[in-house]
Amino acid sequence: MGTVAAQGLCKSFGKVQALDGVTLDVPDGSFFVVLGPSGAGKTTTLRAIAGLEKLDSGSVHLDGRDATGDAPAARDLAMVFQSYALYPRHTVYENIASPLRARRRSSSEIAAAIEQMSSLLHIERLLQRRPAQLSGGEMQRVALARALVRSPRAFLMDEPLTNLDLKLRVEMRTELTRIHRSLGATFVYVTNDQVEALSMADQVAVLKEGKVQQVGTPTEVYERPANQWVAGFVGSPPISLLACRAEGDCLVGAGGWTLPRPRWTTAEDGRALMLGLRAEDLSVEQRGDASLSGELYGLEPLGDRTVVDVLVGTEILKVKARPTVTGAPGERLLVTVDLDRAHLFDAGTGLSLSEAGR
Amino acid sequence: MAVSVDEAVSTGPAPDHTPAARRLGGRGRSGLEVALLIVLAVVMLFPVLWMIETSIKDNRDVYAIPAKFFGFNVTMDHFRDVFVAPGGGRSALSVAFLNSVVVAGVSTLLATVLGVPAAWAYSRFSVRAKKDQLFFILSTRFMPPVVVVVPIFLMYRQVGLIDSKIGLILIYAAFNVPFTIWMMKGFVDEVPAEYEDAAMLDGYTRLQAFWRYTLPLLVPGIAATAVFALIFSWNEFVFAIFLTSSDDVRTAPPAIAGLIGGTTTDWGLVAAASVVFALPVLVFAYLVRKHLVAGVTLGAVRR
Ligand SMILES: Nc1ncnc2c1ncn2[C@@H]1O[C@H](COP(=O)(O)OP(=O)(O)O)[C@@H](O)[C@H]1O
Ligand SMILES: [Mg+2]
Repeated sequence: MGTVAAQGLCKSFGKVQALDGVTLDVPDGSFFVVLGPSGAGKTTTLRAIAGLEKLDSGSVHLDGRDATGDAPAARDLAMVFQSYALYPRHTVYENIASPLRARRRSSSEIAAAIEQMSSLLHIERLLQRRPAQLSGGEMQRVALARALVRSPRAFLMDEPLTNLDLKLRVEMRTELTRIHRSLGATFVYVTNDQVEALSMADQVAVLKEGKVQQVGTPTEVYERPANQWVAGFVGSPPISLLACRAEGDCLVGAGGWTLPRPRWTTAEDGRALMLGLRAEDLSVEQRGDASLSGELYGLEPLGDRTVVDVLVGTEILKVKARPTVTGAPGERLLVTVDLDRAHLFDAGTGLSLSEAGR
Repeated sequence: MAVSVDEAVSTGPAPDHTPAARRLGGRGRSGLEVALLIVLAVVMLFPVLWMIETSIKDNRDVYAIPAKFFGFNVTMDHFRDVFVAPGGGRSALSVAFLNSVVVAGVSTLLATVLGVPAAWAYSRFSVRAKKDQLFFILSTRFMPPVVVVVPIFLMYRQVGLIDSKIGLILIYAAFNVPFTIWMMKGFVDEVPAEYEDAAMLDGYTRLQAFWRYTLPLLVPGIAATAVFALIFSWNEFVFAIFLTSSDDVRTAPPAIAGLIGGTTTDWGLVAAASVVFALPVLVFAYLVRKHLVAGVTLGAVRR
C-alpha cells in the first residue's frame, strides 16, 4: 500500500504564499508528477508531505491515516532532494546504508541490499568514493539508491534530473520509469520540465503560484488544458494564443482576421476570447477550409521538423512544418487551422470553454 | 583538540596566490614607507624582545646600567623560579598557571557545550523575534567588563562564589556563550539544512540527524571558536583580580601583576612568567590566524 493524500495545504513564508490550498490524491503504485515553473511551490509541497515543513493549514494522509503531525521518520517515506543532499563526509556506501542503519538492520542485510541497489543503478565502482568525487549523474544515482534501498510507503523525488545534461536526462527518464514499473511503488515526482511530466507520468498535477491548476493524465492535460495558463505551459513549441470574439458564425480576431466559429463553442456573441492553437494543428503546407493569412516572420529548424513563425496582425503563430520548408521573411503565407482541435479560453478568467461542446 | 592546524583554520582550497611583492604594494614602495614600517615594527616588537631577553638574563645583567642588549649571561633560573618555589615544591605562580588552565579550559568547554546547540537552533528553527534575541545576546558583550564587575562582585559575595574557581568559570562562560553563539551560527548557516532533512527521512530524529551528520561538519568551526574563547578566558584580567584573592584560586594574569610593586621587583621572574603566559596565546593565535585576520567577520568562512 502507498497512497498519499494532501488536503488543502497552505504554507506561507513571510509575505510569500508558497502553497495556497494544494490538494493532491496520489493513488497506490502510480507515477504522480507535480509539474510547475520554478517558484510554484513544488518543493514546498513535497517537503510538506515529508513532514519537513510545518503547515499553516491542511492535512496529509498516508495510506488513509492522518499523518499531519507526524515526524518525518514516522512517515516511512523516502525522498530524493533537488540538491541530492548526500552526506559529504561519508562514502557512497555509507550514504546508501544510512536509512538501513537508522532502522538497525544487520550489516549483512545492509551489504546485501546495497549490492542489489548498486547493480541496479550501476554504481558498483563508486561505493568507496565520497560525494565530492562524483559527477552530477553519479550523485543523482547515489541519491536515488539511498531512497530505493528500502521499501517505503512512497518515494518523493524533487527534480532529480534537472541538474543532468540532456543525454543523461533522457536515459535516466527511461531508467526511472523502468524502476517504477519493476517496484510497483508510489512515486511523487516533481519537475519543471513538461516533457518529463508528459513522458513519465500516470497522472500530472499542474501547479502555479501554490495553486493546483489541473490534475489529469498527460493526455488530458495536453489535449484538454483546464485554462489558458496550463495550455501555455504544457507543450513545445508553446501554444499560440490569439485574442478574438465570437460573432454569429465567425470568430473575429483582434488583428482583423475571421475564422468559422467551431461547432462546439458555447460562448455568446461579443465575449472576449482567446483562441489557442497548437503548432501541430496548424499547417503552412496543406490547404483547408479555415485559414489565416499572415507573413513569414522566422524559421526555427529543429532537425526532425521546422517551426515556422507567422505574423498574423500583431500576433505570432508557431506552426509545425516539414524540415524541408523554406521561405524568406516577409513572404505572404496562408496558415490552415484545424478548428476541431483548437482551444478557446475566456479572455478574462482564462478558463477553458472547449469542454462543454466536446 | 583532535583537529590539525589546517583543518581548524581551513577556508577551503583557496590559497592566496598573489605574489608577495604585489601583496605588499609592489616594488615601487618608497624608502620613506619602508623606514616608517621599520620604526613601527621596532616600537611594536621591542617590548616583546625585551621581555624575552630579560627572562633569560642573569640577575646582575637585568639591573645593569647601562642596559645590556648583547653579551649578557644567559640563565634559565627565572624559568625554574616560575615553577619551583624557593624552598623546593610548587611555586605560587605554577599554581596560578594551573588555575588558568583549569578556568580557561572548563569555561571554554561550558561555553561550547551551551553555545553550539544554541547556534544550531538559531540557525535551523524559526524562533519568534529571532533577530531581537540575537541582538540581545550580543548586547551583553557591548559593555566593558569593568562596568559590571562591581555588581557581580556584590552578587557573588551573596551567593558565596567570591574567590572560587567556579565563580570565574561561570562568569567567563557567560561572556563566551554569546560570542560562541554568534560565531557558530555563521558556521552552522554554512552547512546545508538538507543533510538533516535527508537524515530525518532516513529515519533519524532531528537530534540524531544533527549529531550524526551536521556536528562532524562543524568541528573545524567549533575548534576555531573554542580557541577564541580560550584566549579570552586566558587573558582575562579585570574579573580575575576583583573576584579572586587567595593564591590557590588566582589565575596567572593577577598573579603575574602581583609580582610587581613590592619593595623590590624581580623583573627576571616577571619576564619569565610573562613568556610562559604568552606562549599558549601565541600558539593558539597562530592556529586561528586566518580568522583573526578576517576580523571574525561572520559568514566569512566559505566552503
Ligand atoms: N524557506 C523558505 N523561506 C522563504 N521563502 C521560501 C522558502 N521556501 C520556499 N520559499 C518561497 O516559496 C515559493 C515556492 O518555493 P518552492 O516550493 O521552492 O518552489 P519550486 O520548488 O516550485 O521552485 C517561492 O516563492 C520561494 O521563494
Ligand atoms: Mg524546487
